Amino acid sequence: MEAAVAPARAVRVRGVTPRWALAAVAFLVLALLVGIVAGPVHIGVGDALRSVLAKLGVPGIDSPLSPTQESILWDLRVPRVMLAALVGGMLAIAGATYQGVFHNPLADPYLLGVAAGAGLGATLAIAYLPDALSGHQLLPVAAFVGGAAAVVIAYGIGRAAGRERDSATLVLAGVTVASFFTALQTFVQQRNTDTLQEVTAWILGSLPNTGWTDVRTLAPYVLVATTVIIGLRRVVDVLSLGDLEAESLGVHVRRVRLALVVAATVGTAAAVAVSGLIAFVGIIVPHAVRLVVGTSYRGLLPLSFVVGAGFLVLCDVIARTALSPAEVPIGVVTALFGAPAFALVLRTRGARA
Amino acid sequence: MSAISLEEVTVRLGGREVVCGVTADVEEGEWVALIGPNGAGKTSLLRAVAGLLPCSGTVSLHGTRLEELGRRERAQRLALVPQEPRTPPWLTVSEYVLLGRTPYLRPLAREGEPDREAAARSLARLDLDELAERTLGTLSGGERQRVVVARALAQEASIVLLDEPTASLDIGHQQQALDLLDVLRDTEGLTLVAAMHDLTLAAQYADRVLLLDAGRLVADGAPADVLTEEALARHYGARVRVVALDDGFAVLPARGAPAA
Repeated sequence: MEAAVAPARAVRVRGVTPRWALAAVAFLVLALLVGIVAGPVHIGVGDALRSVLAKLGVPGIDSPLSPTQESILWDLRVPRVMLAALVGGMLAIAGATYQGVFHNPLADPYLLGVAAGAGLGATLAIAYLPDALSGHQLLPVAAFVGGAAAVVIAYGIGRAAGRERDSATLVLAGVTVASFFTALQTFVQQRNTDTLQEVTAWILGSLPNTGWTDVRTLAPYVLVATTVIIGLRRVVDVLSLGDLEAESLGVHVRRVRLALVVAATVGTAAAVAVSGLIAFVGIIVPHAVRLVVGTSYRGLLPLSFVVGAGFLVLCDVIARTALSPAEVPIGVVTALFGAPAFALVLRTRGARA
Repeated sequence: MSAISLEEVTVRLGGREVVCGVTADVEEGEWVALIGPNGAGKTSLLRAVAGLLPCSGTVSLHGTRLEELGRRERAQRLALVPQEPRTPPWLTVSEYVLLGRTPYLRPLAREGEPDREAAARSLARLDLDELAERTLGTLSGGERQRVVVARALAQEASIVLLDEPTASLDIGHQQQALDLLDVLRDTEGLTLVAAMHDLTLAAQYADRVLLLDAGRLVADGAPADVLTEEALARHYGARVRVVALDDGFAVLPARGAPAA
């Protein structure tokens, strides 16, 4: 037996420390508040909060808002803010997952062709589905199917091609499928120039004002995807050691990678289906979190979700208020404001990475 | 019973046999050095033994055939230290060593007290307590090598395969790393199989040497019997002098006319 053994508590996993968890949640709550008070009709923070508490059934508190304000708050702003949070959180955690699974810091949730496939699906729906057949409600379905199909094809090609360098082959297959689908999408778009603007708007990303419908559609996908990813977050750290070492530690690399990729892809496809192609969130949020917090995937994955959610809510506020009543595509805002913000993080914290 | 026994192990990669019909045994507690020129199949053989490359023939660990062991069961018996381990710069030493407990955890499980204790023991064993909270990106090459060994040790596998464990270390750190492995072999009862490039070090540390050439096992025996000037000329195409020392011998490169 060993004489002196270091106390086991010396061995700790940073995971999500209370301090950072609190900071991330505070950021999200603040973003949500800004999100629900920002808009052409003035609703004060205090009033909005009291209305929220009243809705939550806190005894002794009545909403101070007029019925019109109530309706604006609960039928427009809250669902829109929730949608932004779900989409932002999903894209960020999916991006972090892809980065871990593929050992590639430049991986984003669109790596295996989700974006290109969804783009083709959406373009086909916009171009060929008659409005009479409620074509625009089928758009998310078409985008989801296209996105998922692209990844399935990429996975099929990648698996068939490489046994040895599995993850690199998969990424290459994803790039191949993405460029093929993009070419098809461009072709369809050129043949239907009358819908050009609509397609472009969808590709730049925008959150719809559809009340709770889209929130209800998206929430289950996000819930299942994040549950799987967060459940497997320790394994993502093992995968970051490389396929060979993960395998030598007894991990069934292909199986867990498939589970993670499926979860991240389904969640991303669902998010893309309602919001279009919002760039930048999936790649920049995880990196920003890592630069500031400096953590393993175990902490990075949940934190990315929370921070990504808050980030997209704030971007959406800018998107709908900057040129009000017109809306700036949210995909433009994420990059326009996200890039300088990330550059700042990189400058001030990059030395630590 | 042998810790590892290989029977007619053949590995094919890209339609080529990179390991051909290797038959050998490694006894418990033995240190076996796997030597041979570049491309002789050392890495492929180690990976096949670790179950990471498909092979024909049989590999048995403590009498149990490899394919009868589950993935995690196999990893509980055998650890592999690859030649260039990936050490993500953001992980702390503790976190990295704790990943060695993966064979004992189901995919959705978290580490428990026994896992943290095993990792703490392994950190203490390798004098890494001071570095426990440091991130891997801030370590020197020698420290990183120790951390990788600590992870393998936390795996609590009795067989450890090492692929050129000292490849990127200077001569002092090479000796420290090998001394450490030698001590661990005694205290933890490890069986070590290490692919080694430096033949003098192989002779000094290993009990037995297996010489591979073009995928075939061409010699198996005590260092003094295998590492002869003639054998090294034949299999490495090298001009060397084997020089007797008080406590063994050294293999030195010799300047001279190229071998015909």
